[in-house]
Amino acid sequence: MSGDKPHIVPYRVYLIILVALIALTLGSIWITSIEMAEYTVAAALLFAVVKSYLVLTYFMHLKYDKRYIKAMVGFVFAIFLVVIIITFLDYLFRA
Amino acid sequence: MEHAHHVEHPDMYDEESSKIGMWLFIFTELLLFGALFVVYAVYRYMNPDAFHLAAEELNRMIGAINTIILLISSMTIAMSTTALRKGHRKLAIALVSITFLIGLAFLVNKYFEWGVKFSHGIWPGSEHMLNEMSQGEILFFGLYFVMTGLHALHIIIGMAIMVFAIRGLINGKVQIDRPSLLDNCGLYWHLVDLIWIFLFPLFYLIH
Repeated sequence: MSGDKPHIVPYRVYLIILVALIALTLGSIWITSIEMAEYTVAAALLFAVVKSYLVLTYFMHLKYDKRYIKAMVGFVFAIFLVVIIITFLDYLFRA
Repeated sequence: MEHAHHVEHPDMYDEESSKIGMWLFIFTELLLFGALFVVYAVYRYMNPDAFHLAAEELNRMIGAINTIILLISSMTIAMSTTALRKGHRKLAIALVSITFLIGLAFLVNKYFEWGVKFSHGIWPGSEHMLNEMSQGEILFFGLYFVMTGLHALHIIIGMAIMVFAIRGLINGKVQIDRPSLLDNCGLYWHLVDLIWIFLFPLFYLIH
C-alpha cells in the first residue's frame, strides 16, 4: 500500500486496533450516560475523533502512506473545520 | 481499464494513481456528509431540547451493536488486503466475503430499526410527525432518516464493490501485484465506517 517500499501490515495490528475501537465505543456509551449537561456532546465527539484517527491511520493505511497523501487528507479535514467555525461564528453572533 | 485487458496494450496499471483517485473521491464523500453534519450542528444548536426528546426514541442498543458490527467488518476487509499481499488468495476471498455478510447484517439491523420507527408512525412527512411533534423533533427525525439512509446507501454500494473485488480475486484480475481494486474497496468501506463513527454518538448518544 505504500508506494516505494511495500509494507504489509500484520494481522495482529488490525486486531489490536479493533479491540481499541470497541473499547472506545463502550467508553463513549459510558461517558454519555453520565450527566454532564453540554459537555456530553464534547465528550462523545472526542471519543469519535480518537476512533476516526485510528481508522484513518491504521485501517486506511495513512501511517504507511506517502507524506503528500496524509497532507491532502489533513487539508480536507481542515476545510471542514473552517466551515464549521465560520458557520457558528455566524449563528453565535446573530442578534 | 477494462479494454486494455483484452487487447495487448501496454499495462497502464498504476497503484499509486489508483489510490490517489480513490482518496479524491473519498474527499468528496467526506464533504457531502460534512455538509449534513453542519446542518445537524446548527439545528441541534437551535433546538437542543427537542433533539434530546426525539433522541429518546432511538434504541442505543441497536446503535451500539451496529457500531461494533461495522468496526469488525472494517477489520476483516483490512485483513483481506494483508492476506492478498502475503499471497493467501483464498483467505482474502474469505475475508471479503465475511465483510460482505457483516455488511448485510448491518442492513438487516437497520431494517428492523427503521421498521420500529415506522410502526410508531415516524417517517418523513408522517401524520404523527406533522401533528404531534415540534419543529425541532421533525428536524431531528428528518436528519436521522436522511443521514442514516444515505449511510445505508453507502453500505449497499460498498457491498457491490466487494462483489467486484471478489470476482477480481477469483479470475485473477486482482492479485498480489495488482491489489488496487481490493485496496480501494477497503478504503471505501473504511469511509463508511468513519461516517458511522460520527453518526452513532450524534444520534444515539444524546442524553
